[in-house]
Amino acid sequence: MLDEQKHKDLKTKAKEIRREIVSMVHRANSGHVGGSLGAADIVTALYYHVMQHDPQNPEWESRDRFVLSKGHCTPVIYAALADCGYFPKEDLLTFRRPGSHLQGHPYQPKTPGIDACTGTLGIGISTGVGMALGAKLKKQDQYYYILCGDGEIQEGQVWEAAAFANKYKLDNVIGFVDRNYLQTDGYSEKVMPMDPLDAKWESFGWKVFTINGHDFGEIISTIETAKKETVPVMIIANTTKGKGVSFMEGEAEWHGKPPAKEHFDKAMLELN
Amino acid sequence: MEYKATKQGYADALIELGHENEKILVMDADVAKATLTEQFEAVFPDRFFNCGVQEQNMLSAAAGLALEGFIPFASTFGVFATCRAGDQMRSSIAYPKLNVKIGVTHCGISVGGDGASHQSNEDIGMARTLPNMTVIVPGDYEESRLATHAAAKMNGPVYLRFGRDKYPVVPEIHGSFEIGKAKTIRKGTDITIITTGILVNEGLLAAKSLEEKGYSTRVIHMHTIKPLDEEVILLAAKETKGIVTVEEHSILAGLGEAVAGVVSEHHPCPVQRVGVMDTFGESGQSQELLDLYGLRAPDVLKKAMKILT
Repeated sequence: MLDEQKHKDLKTKAKEIRREIVSMVHRANSGHVGGSLGAADIVTALYYHVMQHDPQNPEWESRDRFVLSKGHCTPVIYAALADCGYFPKEDLLTFRRPGSHLQGHPYQPKTPGIDACTGTLGIGISTGVGMALGAKLKKQDQYYYILCGDGEIQEGQVWEAAAFANKYKLDNVIGFVDRNYLQTDGYSEKVMPMDPLDAKWESFGWKVFTINGHDFGEIISTIETAKKETVPVMIIANTTKGKGVSFMEGEAEWHGKPPAKEHFDKAMLELN
Repeated sequence: MEYKATKQGYADALIELGHENEKILVMDADVAKATLTEQFEAVFPDRFFNCGVQEQNMLSAAAGLALEGFIPFASTFGVFATCRAGDQMRSSIAYPKLNVKIGVTHCGISVGGDGASHQSNEDIGMARTLPNMTVIVPGDYEESRLATHAAAKMNGPVYLRFGRDKYPVVPEIHGSFEIGKAKTIRKGTDITIITTGILVNEGLLAAKSLEEKGYSTRVIHMHTIKPLDEEVILLAAKETKGIVTVEEHSILAGLGEAVAGVVSEHHPCPVQRVGVMDTFGESGQSQELLDLYGLRAPDVLKKAMKILT
């Protein structure tokens, strides 16, 4: 359970991360701000409460892993990793610039704390379940957290990975679908209907929980429950794209549009 | 002449490697009977993973296993690994330079009866244009076995290309095997034939015909397409009148264009390409398709004479 102080701390941390997200994308004049803001609470809960990890030892073999399968949302993970101490915060100034280890999409060989290359959609969850199988073969007991986008799960490969995780009974996999109902071209159920999501994942042999993806209490208690399951778990996290910045909330246009100066100033005021 | 399947060399090597190193895993996508990886499964059932008909997930999951320290050999048909799961080869494996071996069978026109949908004549081109990817196309059973061992020893992604059928055993290419080091299997000063894969014997037969006509013919077997042995190519460009390349692959983007690229930049000389023209294949018997698509010694001879006369 989450005590009141911890809850407050996580909220404060998530706000800091949201500020970094908006700043990073504004400075680079490039990047994905809406989806990053929407996933900020899940990532904060994972890195500041749930996951066993050690920023001083990013290669620690027994660490929990995190795969950002919706690889375009690097701002949220870079902000968290830098704040945790995986690399200097100044590195965030180089996001999407030549020579930087902070590529537009996660590049595992160069960025400390990044556990897998993602970027083209669908490959992250497959890599994640492959890693989870590897842990089983080594008889290790860490968890593999995989964050998918709700547009991403339109990729056939995601469902290949779903079948694979079921076959090998990968109960060390805890996935999230960041269900914000918005993707590049608009409302997800219009672009390509995927509801009912819970029934789809359940039919693939996964245990499904549906939660409010901005409620730390729900996120954390659901993960605790998920750990007791003997099958892979998918947490459908209902979120608001652009969460925390009023004029970005629920607006598909902020999927891949960088905030210009006026929008940046306005956003920072709201996130203070 | 003895005939033996190159994919059997792959399968035998996998079992040998399985005994040597417990990190070796084998994956397949529901073609284990055809790729012969079921032979590995019979010996090491706990280290074999049949991914079902899902090549894309197999290659990305192989990347995940490599991240956990394993050496997965992901096996399927060439056309499925490259054309079907090209993104996964590129983004999950080549980009992060992971230690995944992609062992593919049923490559080239000699697939036979299945026809164009299964005849992978483009895969060398797709594999060799990926940064970080090593591309090996062994010539016969024994070289396939040696190449698989060499691939397991190096750290990094490797594309290993095998055929479906039985192909001539060519003792000239046996012995040592070093990735990136071509084998000069016949000395000559008038013209050079550079072969890759299972057409090595056609190259040797063409060389004999050329010798009978009085032309001293060098034959180089280029088992590694990438990294390419540029030194041996440039030596041939300097010391002979021209080069004929021979491959069971499209004349586009394969060995022929790789060789032409090297000589045109450093020491221009005539290059003639024997390969599948820019066309899809069709159903037929394996050996008759090699005739029909112009991949035989007489075709090599014809191209050589264009340079020599």
